[in-house]
Amino acid sequence: MQRKSVGNILLLVLTLCVACMWAFPLYWAVVTSIKPEQEVVTKTTFIPDVFNFSAYYFALFETNLASWYVNSLVTSITVTVVVILISVMCAYALSQIVFPGRRLLYGIILASFMVPSQALVVSQFVLMYRFGLINTWGGIILPQLIVPVVVIVYKQFFDSVPKELREAAKLDGCGDFQILFRLYLPLNWGITTALAIITYIMAWNAFLWPFLVTNSEEMMTVTVGITQVDDAFGVKYARDMAVAILAALPVALAYLLFQKRVTQALMLSSGIKG
Amino acid sequence: MLTSERRTKTLTAVLMIAPFVITYLTVFAYPVYKMFALSFTDAPLIGDGRWIGFANYLKLLNQKLFFTSVWNTGYFVLLTVVPNTLVGLGLALMVVRLKGWLQSLVLVLFFLPYILPVSVVTQIWEWVLDQQFGIARYVIELFTGRRISVFRDPIWAMPMVALVTVWWTNGFNLLLFIAGLRNIPADYYEAAMLDGATRWQCFRRITWPLIWPVTALVLTLQLILQLKIFDQVYLMTEGGPFNSTYVLLQLVYREAFRLNHGGLGSAVAVFLFLIIVTVSVLQYQLLRVRGR
Repeated sequence: MQRKSVGNILLLVLTLCVACMWAFPLYWAVVTSIKPEQEVVTKTTFIPDVFNFSAYYFALFETNLASWYVNSLVTSITVTVVVILISVMCAYALSQIVFPGRRLLYGIILASFMVPSQALVVSQFVLMYRFGLINTWGGIILPQLIVPVVVIVYKQFFDSVPKELREAAKLDGCGDFQILFRLYLPLNWGITTALAIITYIMAWNAFLWPFLVTNSEEMMTVTVGITQVDDAFGVKYARDMAVAILAALPVALAYLLFQKRVTQALMLSSGIKG
Repeated sequence: MLTSERRTKTLTAVLMIAPFVITYLTVFAYPVYKMFALSFTDAPLIGDGRWIGFANYLKLLNQKLFFTSVWNTGYFVLLTVVPNTLVGLGLALMVVRLKGWLQSLVLVLFFLPYILPVSVVTQIWEWVLDQQFGIARYVIELFTGRRISVFRDPIWAMPMVALVTVWWTNGFNLLLFIAGLRNIPADYYEAAMLDGATRWQCFRRITWPLIWPVTALVLTLQLILQLKIFDQVYLMTEGGPFNSTYVLLQLVYREAFRLNHGGLGSAVAVFLFLIIVTVSVLQYQLLRVRGR
């Protein structure tokens, strides 16, 4: 039933051209990072004359990248684990246990979906200051822990688990905590991986809050820290690109390894079943 | 017997919701309240202030930079929301025609920018658009006949920030559109083709009306997202040149964190908060009406 021929081939070629143009800045960043600084500004070469990794050497050993990496890893992994844990418990209670105030709580969580966290930065900063958490991992982590959509997605999934399963487990003498962690969570393992990966990516990429709450270079996350490099050393594009690529590596890898899950999580959080 | 069982149930529920609820109240609900409270005081960023009623809001109405920020935020929204949606639909139409590994590859190429940190994106584009050595100077020269330092030119700065934003955030729209397009049954197209419909007719009569719900969703999500513009502007232009890219969230940052006006900064935040909540409520109502 397909209209073969010229039209289709032209469309295919067009698609490939657009895709290559779209990804070109990424390619250009990679190529630039493996050129000597001299070649970067003197010639336009699409494949470097010589492969040179001095920009990476600089990025790794002459900037604070290592400590930024530690900060980013610690904070984004903690955010991910805590977000999943507190959300999954809350969602289970909302979905499976009848208790007073349950509808109200769910309503509030649904409504919180609409609150722009960016508008809260001033009062959150004041709060973190009171807690003495400015320039600490705790200060970076705390305000990132409320992700209403994770609770909402989990609740929807738990709602669709057959009731008989929970009844049977109850008869076997399991408590709700056991049912959640031994039964419901493993049953929804796919969605947990998806939500965890997307939460990790979002936490790694967070800019505004970590930027506000850290002011000493040693405490910055990668996303904030890399913006400090050119200030300190003047503009050197091979170095800038090497730093940028190293900063993007953990999330790019997470995406490439778990493409399906990332897609699924994004669909779910926008209300489309993936 | 029954009441004690109910009590255990409630106790379990409380234990389970407690970590979320306590965190929620501390780092989310309280800051929302505190934002409103601060906006009615003359407090510095850290420390107490006096209650001054609506004075901060009145001050904003007399501040030129506030109107500049409102205007620029609106301009940025205009430059990104509809274009980003249309580009997403266009790319999705291209991607769904492909098959197998080729489709996966092309999808990765289009999607990859979306998962990059904003500072990585801005670093890459600052290099690409560098006036002296950037690769894009050839393209710019081709169209304008001169070299332009795009982030230092009041006319070019905002459209370029918008362009970078579309490149960065489009992957998400693309995914939603691909999912939407896959839900359109193939028989519709087969039937139309049997009747001799052209490609354009197929798009106009089948794809466009059936994809409209997704388009509406993407448009509203984009609107909410782009109103919160700060990162890209701050990193690429710092609001300049001549405040031509100064946006609302940046005004919050400036007043509260640079000038130590916690109260005034909160007033701007409240303004932004109210706009976004209004848009979100409207979106929710729209989606509900359509869901019926």
